[in-house]
Amino acid sequence: MDSNLRRQVILDNYQEPMNRGLVDDESYLKVNTNSESCIDNLDFMMLVEDGIIKDIRFDGEACAISTSASSIMIRSLIGKSVDDAKNILINYKNMIAEEEYNSDILGELNVYDEICKQPNRKGCALLSSNAIEKMLGELGNNENNE
Amino acid sequence: MNREDFPMLDEDIVYFDNGATTLKPRCVTDSIVKYMSRHTSNIHRGDYDAAIVTNKLYDDTREVVARFVNASSKEVVFTSGTTMSINMVVFGFMKKHLKAGDEVLITKSEHASNVLPWLKLSEEIGIVVKYMDLNDEYELTVDSVRKSITPNTKVISIAHVTNVIGDVRDVSTIGKICQDNNIYFCVDGAQSVPHMKEDFKNSNIDFLSFSGHKMCGPTGVGVLVGKYDLLKEMDPLCYGGGMNNFFEADSSYELKEVPIKFEAGTPPIAEVIGLREAILYLESIGMDKIHEHEMKLKEYLISKLEAIPNITIYNKKSDSGILAFNINDVFAQDSSVYLNHYKIFVRAGNHCAKILKDEIGIKNTVRCSMYFYNNFSDVERLVSALEKSEDIFKVVL
Repeated sequence: MDSNLRRQVILDNYQEPMNRGLVDDESYLKVNTNSESCIDNLDFMMLVEDGIIKDIRFDGEACAISTSASSIMIRSLIGKSVDDAKNILINYKNMIAEEEYNSDILGELNVYDEICKQPNRKGCALLSSNAIEKMLGELGNNENNE
Repeated sequence: MNREDFPMLDEDIVYFDNGATTLKPRCVTDSIVKYMSRHTSNIHRGDYDAAIVTNKLYDDTREVVARFVNASSKEVVFTSGTTMSINMVVFGFMKKHLKAGDEVLITKSEHASNVLPWLKLSEEIGIVVKYMDLNDEYELTVDSVRKSITPNTKVISIAHVTNVIGDVRDVSTIGKICQDNNIYFCVDGAQSVPHMKEDFKNSNIDFLSFSGHKMCGPTGVGVLVGKYDLLKEMDPLCYGGGMNNFFEADSSYELKEVPIKFEAGTPPIAEVIGLREAILYLESIGMDKIHEHEMKLKEYLISKLEAIPNITIYNKKSDSGILAFNINDVFAQDSSVYLNHYKIFVRAGNHCAKILKDEIGIKNTVRCSMYFYNNFSDVERLVSALEKSEDIFKVVL
């Protein structure tokens, strides 16, 4: 990917992130997350209905990589089924970890395909995906308990 | 000054993260390598030549530390660092000597290591942790200390120099106030002992804690200096070899005298030897000279940064080599990644003083912390990078 385009996509999503701001709604799953490798601290919330991700929102203080990755990840997952979302998350995490992944399903998330060159920022790039994964895990637990 | 003593400065870097840890001069690393390659041995148990050399260096370090902070050598306990020193005081001494309702006064700019042990003790025995007010410059005044004291105040525990704002507390006057009011006075010296003259006796400090690695020494070693009579009443947190006179099958045992009773097991011998060398090295430069140099650099840095419109400085007035700032509208970590691009090493974050956000209203800052080996050219490189920081995202993304 062209480095100017990559930078512009990240910057746009940092400066005007999608779905920043939480809502007061008990039907959302919630998680606070922070990264050991950085100082970001973000809250996430997610609404899943009939196995489809209807909404994800986030808020908090974070760096350009964490904020933009949250925005792009949210845009990539809303409207997807839980299984498709999990597949995107697995492939995204593999990309960050420099393992095999399917870039075709990652769309805009491919802007982070070179973040491995800055090892201290991998945690920033993974903050939102870890948070969403955690909420999806809770969803699974809740369903098993029902 | 003395840049030639630091191999890391052979690289083209600007090291401004001295509040986190300092660079190590060759004499310190040489002393550790010598111990590990020429006279490796344990202490207190060997009659052979290498052990005698090691023992002498280890014991002499206590004398060197005592002289450095004006204490007696029997008041010097080797620990793993400031955090452990403070925990030893809180759980080895205060837990026995305080009761529910007793007040411990700290401030919102203390490091986590001078907050969390007290909060834990509060949970355990019901002491009350109170925060003394800071002034508009986020500094603790003697007046604020006086106003905070009540008949229930039993402890004042503060940093001599705080690690974000870098304000220097008047420990000598506060020590006198503590003495007059029968209050235990605990001083976190992590950011002061490496940078200025610390006077344990004359400041009437009861417990002084500091770390070796923030003063040109190795990691893994720190010091607790405590008044001898108080150390005698303090319980060790750790029991084992080296710190007992005897133990019997009938469960009787006797511990060694202060300070040995606090050093169970094999201590960090290499690190203590390195600390000795570090202190001798700092003494050879002179603490007054170190402080004066840092203040000149900070003054110069502030004068330059004030001319850059998109920089906010949070602690212009503090009397230490610590400067907290942000590039406006840029998250601190992005700023530190940006500066790293120019090989300028600073720290971004809350600097373990999480509750400071209540006072300044911001959670994270960039912190530039200086030492004697920094020079005007370092400052100019930082300023030059910040002057062109409008293109920060071209660099960091």
